[in-house]
Amino acid sequence: VWKSRVDKINAEVLTLTYGTIVAQLCRDLTLPATANKTDYAAVNAELDRMGYNIGLRLIEDFLAKSNTGTCSSFRETAEVISKVGFKMFLNVVPQVTNWQGVEGKPQAFGLVFEENPLAEFVEYPDDGRAQDELWYSNILCGVIRGALEMVQMQIEAHFVTDVLRGNDTTEMRVTLVRYIEDEMPPDDE
Amino acid sequence: SASGATGAEAAQAGSITSLGFPAMDESTREGVFFRLDGLGYRVGQGLVERFSANKPRPTTPLDAIKFICKDLWILVFRKQIDNLKTNHRGIFVLTDNRFQPLSRMSVDRRAGPKAAEEAIARAQTYLYFPCGMIRGALSGLGIEATVEASSIEMPMATFQIKTKGAKP
Repeated sequence: VWKSRVDKINAEVLTLTYGTIVAQLCRDLTLPATANKTDYAAVNAELDRMGYNIGLRLIEDFLAKSNTGTCSSFRETAEVISKVGFKMFLNVVPQVTNWQGVEGKPQAFGLVFEENPLAEFVEYPDDGRAQDELWYSNILCGVIRGALEMVQMQIEAHFVTDVLRGNDTTEMRVTLVRYIEDEMPPDDE
Repeated sequence: SASGATGAEAAQAGSITSLGFPAMDESTREGVFFRLDGLGYRVGQGLVERFSANKPRPTTPLDAIKFICKDLWILVFRKQIDNLKTNHRGIFVLTDNRFQPLSRMSVDRRAGPKAAEEAIARAQTYLYFPCGMIRGALSGLGIEATVEASSIEMPMATFQIKTKGAKP
């Protein structure tokens, strides 16, 4: 459905641009009192924050183009994220796996990426720390967090494995914290 | 520095655009330019490395510029540059009549001429990354150049490329 209606961008333009941004963050965000020791925790956090701001806006585009309705369960949400969301914006379908919890209890699932367009031609810095500390594709966690927040779901997302770190898979865990009740903004006049 | 002082003055004056955003002062704008131009440079270099491999090496600066106008532009913006002018002494002017990043920006016409001016100032930021990209791509093709971009009316954008040793 979306194939014909959605403008596409060359995958390598995206890959190179994202890689350049991550590299720049690694240069910019350094540990206190060091000249060039990257603070990878800060890089991860900044990528997540950038993604969050994208997600807040992207959900609108997603709803407008995908024509999906309200999900009846978190399980369905997971399927829609994978098969519609990722398919639409990155043209990949991560596998929904490792389901935990039941309806009404804390629920979590994994997204396993067999392909990750962001992570092509990537070489980690050779500083002995990046391999253990950097989550290269962390922007995706923020995107999901921001997008779901706009449809009344507070979630927590983080990567648990990444082939770039030498793991066998690339997996993100997404945990439902709570459904957000409609409430008035605190200082709305 | 001089630009720092103007920045501080602007911040004190608290200038606000008609849309209610704080106006970007000169030193911030310089910082933004430096950062985005640098990111674009690296992307341009990378793209040339990947996509010029199977093509004959451009032998003249004009060939290299044509690569930018056709191949690179289609790759990134899905269309070609609409107009290329050169003085044949190292200066090239590329015009894109509907520059994609500006193509969906709007101007609040009710706010008068000031709004159009502000909108173009905001749009300016979106030209820094492509400037760097052109510079990076040219450097990958062996040409040193400076690139400046402007927009007189959206969504049109003009890129002026001065290769090293260019004469006006």
